[in-house]
Amino acid sequence: MRGREDEWTGLMRSAMAGDDAAYHRLLKAVTPVLRAAARRGLARAGQPPDQAEDIVQEILLAVHLKRHTWDSEAPFAPWLFAIARNKLIDALRRRGRRVFVNIDDFAETLPGEAPQETASAGEVAAQLGTLPQRQRDVLQSIAVEAASIKDTAAKFSMSEGAVRVALHRGLAALTAKLRDH
Amino acid sequence: MDTDQLIRSLAADNAHRAPRVGAVLTMALLVAAPLSILIFATFLGMRADVMSAMRNPFFDMKFAVTLSLAIPAIIISLHLSRPEALLRGWGWLLLLPVGLLAVAIGSEAMMAPAMPMTMRLMGKNSRTCLLAIPAMSLPLLAGALFGLRHGAPSRPALAGALAGLVSAGLAATLYASHCTDDSPLFVATWYTIATALVTVIGAAVGSRVLRY
Repeated sequence: MRGREDEWTGLMRSAMAGDDAAYHRLLKAVTPVLRAAARRGLARAGQPPDQAEDIVQEILLAVHLKRHTWDSEAPFAPWLFAIARNKLIDALRRRGRRVFVNIDDFAETLPGEAPQETASAGEVAAQLGTLPQRQRDVLQSIAVEAASIKDTAAKFSMSEGAVRVALHRGLAALTAKLRDH
Repeated sequence: MDTDQLIRSLAADNAHRAPRVGAVLTMALLVAAPLSILIFATFLGMRADVMSAMRNPFFDMKFAVTLSLAIPAIIISLHLSRPEALLRGWGWLLLLPVGLLAVAIGSEAMMAPAMPMTMRLMGKNSRTCLLAIPAMSLPLLAGALFGLRHGAPSRPALAGALAGLVSAGLAATLYASHCTDDSPLFVATWYTIATALVTVIGAAVGSRVLRY
């Protein structure tokens, strides 16, 4: 545990110093831990585990947009878990009523359906559709098609700076929509 | 979008650097301050005898009290803008103005009273105080909340309350130079009620706008 968390702190320090690959590795490394926590939280609240991935994605977005509040002298794990906890509580609170209503309403018609176990999540994808065209195109290109910023800029005849701005604004807008919807 | 794809887009955005919360809070307060000063200059202004009042230690004490509220409140609100931060170990800073007031009340009680206690407590400006401090607080409160929105407080209502204390402390510092009631009893009563009002507003608004 200790070793894992020290490794995260090291990766985050490198990430903040501009190492994109370290940042990518860190996010990949924390995701299974966040996923397990989200599933546990959902199970305890009596909710289906198939929403865990939505929560994981919300946590990752918050981590990304609030990483300037991490003190690079402090260990990374307590900061990460505080954000994860806040987001999980928010998500459970937000979903609680809706999900319970749905289960009460449809319990009898749904017994045969097993919860889907996928790494894909509906909410980010749904909110993606509401973004301005430019932001959606850029996010789609970089996230889904795995294009670089440079290739994305060439594809849409944009400057790399404009792609970076659209990418950041898109991520910030997604986060705001997930929080407020 | 699956999670690996989302992570890819986050990593691609790693170059984006946000300013520190302290820098954003400072800027927001500096933008808001002229509005509060405008309210002060338009409706209140400095008291006429400000030069002679400065020789009165109880006049000076008002500024010590209001600033010993505002400055620790800024420090604590910045601390709480980190998600893992706890109030524990920091909350005692908010006792500074309380302690100063207690000392001031004690020393005034030991002096030969110029006025009866109830007159010192009620003063002449209680209504102005209750209106002016919240009014001058509002622009600063908006600024403080805007600045703290840049952070990631785990307890948005608490962070909002701190924003209320910041803005009330700063507004009360302005108000203190207008008000001719210098008795610590007056300050302890009316400034406190006005500050509590702003703090409640800050907590209520903060619980909505400081979620991230």
